[in-house]
Amino acid sequence: MPITEADIAKVAQLAHLELAEQELKTLGPQIADIVAYVEQLNELDTTAVEPALGGLTPEGEKTDSARADEIEGSLGQQLALAEAPDPAAGHFRVPKVL
Amino acid sequence: MSRKSVEISVKAAERLNETLNAFLEIDRDGALTRAGEVEKNNAAGKLAGVPIAVKDNICVRGMQASCGSRILGDYHPPYNATVIERLLNDGAVIIGKTNCDEFAMGSSNENSAFGPVRNPWDTTCVPGGSSGGSAAAVAAGIVPVALGSDTGGSVRQPASLCGVLGLKPTYGRNSRYGLVAFASSLDQVGVFARETEDLARVLGVIAGRDRHDSTTADVPVPDYNAALSGDLKGARIGFPTALFGKGLDEEVGKAVKSVVDVYRDFGGEIVEVELPHASYAIAVYYIIATAEAASNLARFDGVRYGFRAEDAPELRQMYRKTREEGFGPEVKRRIMLGTYVLSAGYYDAYYRKAQQVRTLIKNDFLNAFKNCDAIITPTSPTPAFALGEKVDDPLAMYLNDIYTVTANLAGIPGLSVPCGLSSTRLPIGFQLLGPYWSEATLLKLAHGYLQARPFTERPKVHA
Repeated sequence: MPITEADIAKVAQLAHLELAEQELKTLGPQIADIVAYVEQLNELDTTAVEPALGGLTPEGEKTDSARADEIEGSLGQQLALAEAPDPAAGHFRVPKVL
Repeated sequence: MSRKSVEISVKAAERLNETLNAFLEIDRDGALTRAGEVEKNNAAGKLAGVPIAVKDNICVRGMQASCGSRILGDYHPPYNATVIERLLNDGAVIIGKTNCDEFAMGSSNENSAFGPVRNPWDTTCVPGGSSGGSAAAVAAGIVPVALGSDTGGSVRQPASLCGVLGLKPTYGRNSRYGLVAFASSLDQVGVFARETEDLARVLGVIAGRDRHDSTTADVPVPDYNAALSGDLKGARIGFPTALFGKGLDEEVGKAVKSVVDVYRDFGGEIVEVELPHASYAIAVYYIIATAEAASNLARFDGVRYGFRAEDAPELRQMYRKTREEGFGPEVKRRIMLGTYVLSAGYYDAYYRKAQQVRTLIKNDFLNAFKNCDAIITPTSPTPAFALGEKVDDPLAMYLNDIYTVTANLAGIPGLSVPCGLSSTRLPIGFQLLGPYWSEATLLKLAHGYLQARPFTERPKVHA
């Protein structure tokens, strides 16, 4: 399935990337190449095969990772805002939505 | 180890950094202060006073965590990764954060926003990636051990190119809490070392169940050091002939086949194995890894931490501009690819299909391990290549991972071991792959091999 410049532009929009004109031109063929390469998977018949989701190892799958629903410590507002580009008055301030 | 060792280590890191660019941060004051504290309060810790370098995508409180990217800005994590907590509790001294490919995406450390790392064996060559800085730091003798991360080979491949040991454990052996996520079903924290005893000791300290990472497994951590000196006699080594064909550098193939001869000479049994779906591994990997990366990197949006683009008065414009300016080209390429394969209409054709082939690859290994204790392969198809040689062809770069991605896809452990130098004095490594939780066996096999054939060569650039 050939990938058009319009496809690339749409994907960029989904990925929240504002690609420059030159980037759109280079990325397009590169992604098309890689997608063509990965299509070799269609050579394989996987009709009865389960996707490999989950913990990969049987022990990993068996491990119960639930914990009691009890309140534990958290970062706290000061630490949570310590790295913020615009911490305002105790919250993350961002540009408005139009 | 003592305050003196840490000081020597810090000095070496500083002295060699202009040549190697292995470190993005060297914490002289912090490391020396800590070394003093350890001498006083924790001299009995298993890693007391040992200087360690940590890849810059693993969180250490108070030190930077750039992940080799501009998009993290001047981010300093407010917490330690679990593996770091465990190292510190046993007295280790972290001397600095190492350079890496951006968000661990790369096989040459040329994708760092802060310049490439140079191979200590030949500074015109790459050290491998993505954990190039950690590999170089250990190879150059700056630190005896270092942490990296391995998603498709990012510990094993640079270990091979730099002539050191590099282990990726079983998926779920080490906690990923505090490791900045690239591909959550593939990532593992890995360890570099020059000596098997050191690798074993570090693994023993960091491994194990972590309540902060629900993908860690409830499997006991053995004494890896006690297992090292086991007998090689009767060890069944799987040899996948089909993987030693086209595309493999002749010298690398020869060197790895010599390793097989050593195991045979020491009483090991060589067993022919087949991994019929191995040739599809790169295709599977570059669908799954990029899809998971596209999801994991969505959090870098300029809102809560890191870099935020200026001149973007509207929210979604701010997201797009921040990510456009903050991410490098390889990261953008992979996010685009990942977004594409997950987008409506393509999920079944690509992502689901890849996960199915992943099961086939996993089953290939489970079948092979019925007849052998470990499988031997080259780690990398070639020794270190020149800086700039492969940057213009992303697909050619991806093929460097051909021997390593299978372990991440199947979740099995893999260990790269140095076994010689090429005719241009570049290191060659072989890889041992084992069943789930077989790290002790892999370390024993590596230890036994290195006793028989010690790797005593030193790189041009060293401490």
